[in-house]
Amino acid sequence: MTNLFILQLLNGAQLGVLLFLIAAGLTLVFGIMDVINLAHGVLYMIGAYLIATFAALTGSFWAGLLLMLPAALVVGLVIERLVIRPLYARSHLDQVLATFGLVMIVNEGVKILWGVSPLSVPMPEMLNGSIPLIGPLQYPVYRLAIIAAGLAVALGLYVVVNHTRIGMLLRAGATNRDMVSALGVNIQRLFSLVFALGAVLACFAGAIVAPILSVDTGMGESVLILTFVVVVIGGIGSIRGAFLGALLVAIVDTLGKTFGPIVLRFIMEPAAAGQTGRMLAPMLVYILMAVILSLRPQGLFGQKTT
Amino acid sequence: MTLLSVRNLCKNYGALEVTKDVSLDVAPGELHAIIGPNGAGKTTLIGQLSGQTAPDSGSVWLEGRDITRASMAQRVHLGLARSFQITSILPRFTVLENVALAVQARSGSSFRFFAPVVGERALNDAAMDALAEAGLEERARVRASALSHGEHRRLELAIALATEPRVLLLDEPLAGTGGEEAEAFIQRLRSLKGRFATVLIEHDMEAVFALADRISVLVYGQIIASGTPDMIRNDPKVRTAYLGDEEAA
Amino acid sequence: MSMTATDTPRRMPARIWLALAIFAAFAALPLFALATGDPFLLLIGTRILAYAIAAMALDLILGYGAMVSFGHAAYLGFGAYAVAILNSYGVTDLVLHILVAAAVSAIFALITGAISLRTRGVYFIMITLAFGQMAYFFFVSLSAYGGDDGTPLQSRSTLFGTDALENDLVMFYVALALLVALFAVATRIVGSRFGRVLIGTRENPVRMEAIGLAPFRYQLTAFVISGCMTSVAGVMLANQAEFVSPSFMNWHRSGELIVMVVLGGVGNLTGAIGGAVVALLLEDWLAVLTQHWKLLFGVFLILMVLYSPHGITGALERLTLRLKRGRK
Repeated sequence: MTNLFILQLLNGAQLGVLLFLIAAGLTLVFGIMDVINLAHGVLYMIGAYLIATFAALTGSFWAGLLLMLPAALVVGLVIERLVIRPLYARSHLDQVLATFGLVMIVNEGVKILWGVSPLSVPMPEMLNGSIPLIGPLQYPVYRLAIIAAGLAVALGLYVVVNHTRIGMLLRAGATNRDMVSALGVNIQRLFSLVFALGAVLACFAGAIVAPILSVDTGMGESVLILTFVVVVIGGIGSIRGAFLGALLVAIVDTLGKTFGPIVLRFIMEPAAAGQTGRMLAPMLVYILMAVILSLRPQGLFGQKTT
Repeated sequence: MTLLSVRNLCKNYGALEVTKDVSLDVAPGELHAIIGPNGAGKTTLIGQLSGQTAPDSGSVWLEGRDITRASMAQRVHLGLARSFQITSILPRFTVLENVALAVQARSGSSFRFFAPVVGERALNDAAMDALAEAGLEERARVRASALSHGEHRRLELAIALATEPRVLLLDEPLAGTGGEEAEAFIQRLRSLKGRFATVLIEHDMEAVFALADRISVLVYGQIIASGTPDMIRNDPKVRTAYLGDEEAA
Repeated sequence: MSMTATDTPRRMPARIWLALAIFAAFAALPLFALATGDPFLLLIGTRILAYAIAAMALDLILGYGAMVSFGHAAYLGFGAYAVAILNSYGVTDLVLHILVAAAVSAIFALITGAISLRTRGVYFIMITLAFGQMAYFFFVSLSAYGGDDGTPLQSRSTLFGTDALENDLVMFYVALALLVALFAVATRIVGSRFGRVLIGTRENPVRMEAIGLAPFRYQLTAFVISGCMTSVAGVMLANQAEFVSPSFMNWHRSGELIVMVVLGGVGNLTGAIGGAVVALLLEDWLAVLTQHWKLLFGVFLILMVLYSPHGITGALERLTLRLKRGRK
């Protein structure tokens, strides 16, 4: 039981850092640019497809990852220039519609370019296998590497946001947009940078998860909604909120799926517990969101006025 | 007897003290003007009286009832209405509809789903009365967005009147108007005097001294003097802090 | 928020006449079907009518209350599953299906609306989306009704104890009657005291507060009404498809409902109906052209937002404006 718990906790952490990588960009785009971007989930998918292609071309996961990053940057800049930039001054409704259109285009475009059958990305040799944790407990090295990479990026972001000039602008922009323009900063360039950074982070998440997932066109969808939940819980514009929100959501989701039925077995028949548990588990994160929002409508770290 | 009573109100924005231990009393029918230089915290004070802004400490009482925690909407139902310094209307509604909505808010339910509201005589008649008092009845069928600035100010007044307030908070009703328009507005306020108590924030000193029963002077969030117009006119503290500048200019 | 529509009494008749014209065209569709001998035309028509109901219901809150709900497909799902689940228990009456669907929708809308409406703007959109997805996952895990794959209906709903709905023509006219009835209800609502308050909250919530009308309860009421109406569309969709699945309530479906409303022009009910017609016909037409029609639809959406943000109504208005100027 304890072993299962530790295992699921690690799985939760792994999902958590992935959600964080996606949510970090999304929350900044919301907070600083006040743009709602439904297409953020497809960026995650693009990252996975890019590494699948580059890894196949070069025959190496690492070379693929290296090539993926600049490609992701280009994708981010192009999307920002073509679709997002004309939407800055528009209503949220317009932003929803245009980025919804973008989701349709990318989903369909990926099908045209890569076909409908799922792709797979080979596990890098040096991260293959499992290592023993406690006693008989084994855990795949690659999943630990994902957690480590996510934490490293989180740390990097923390340093950038809290100890650099650009980070100062980001923080200021998330709280008070007018202030940033009053500082004489080129808002346009800051926006492009924020969006491209968010795109790279989301693509990176998609790329590093590709070896343990089948790469297919639906992969951006479920993640997008979970990421929204993360951003809402954490508070729009807050990187710290995104980090804690991501871990919270991921761990609740992972543990709920495993332990929900087990806990329910104390109060109901095993069969009924299994059925109810399976039904409740996917809803758990949304219930969590509802509870947090009823207590704090602005999210855990959000600004009071939205 | 006091109708509206403010006790030791304090409000800070970060390190900035915008309201510093403000207390004041307004008697029924009285027009109490609050004057002070720009940035003295007048609008923030009105915000706290109307319920738009929550004070950090202190209390607001209406007819002996603590309304410090009441929402803006609740206060309106208790008889505390306000106008806005920057015109805040429903631009796509007609003038009449703007006012009729305020009538509807105080009289009867807004949870009626089927009867067409356009033809409701009771609402429209009461709204026309309020418009007449604000001198805007001829513009009743015009879209509110098509009004001139001065007419917007009158519409603000009409909306506030339509809620049948016992205390009316007027936030710079003359802002941006001048000459005859302002003159007529002052006349209108004078004719309404006594029907309800008024807290008036205004920069136009002529208007203030012509209308006010009592004046409080707010400087840097603090009331430095309070009294009849004559007392304020001759208060040396006020003259140096505030009126002196005015005369020099 | 961009809103072209207005509610001055003068304008009302024009959009109502237009709606009546659309209804008349629908009423004549069976004749056209008879003439062309295309049996699928009635089924396509019923589907369009159902979506028209849903889009109109969404417009009630999106257009009149400025609430961009991105979770409205959930109510389609409640309606559809009400039919499937009640049928499996031998309760087949259409009226009962509608009542149960509306009751479930009211409860869901009341709870999720109360939470969502404490927030604004981007938050509201994301939270309604998340709640919609919650409902979606609930039905995905409902293995007794096929889970992810859904389940076929054994039969359509019964109408006053008869199996009249099994006839496509009857079903089509029932859907049309429901659309007309709900259009009448919605039109009355937006012209009522309540409607005026709702529109007021869209225009200036602070002003509403300052005359003593706290927006929350009115917005929440509208949200609940809209959810109930949308579930009626779900009931008809299940009957039309004789099949229900969670795909009825996928978030893409919610997006499509918003597209329909905006396409037709927000805040006048008629536009949403027209938008549903145009969007679905466009989808079908693009699907004939290429299997990758979604790509074209996406491009169309982006172009519409960038170049004609007020949908068809906006484009028409600009066209008439240009014609008028041209004449002078």
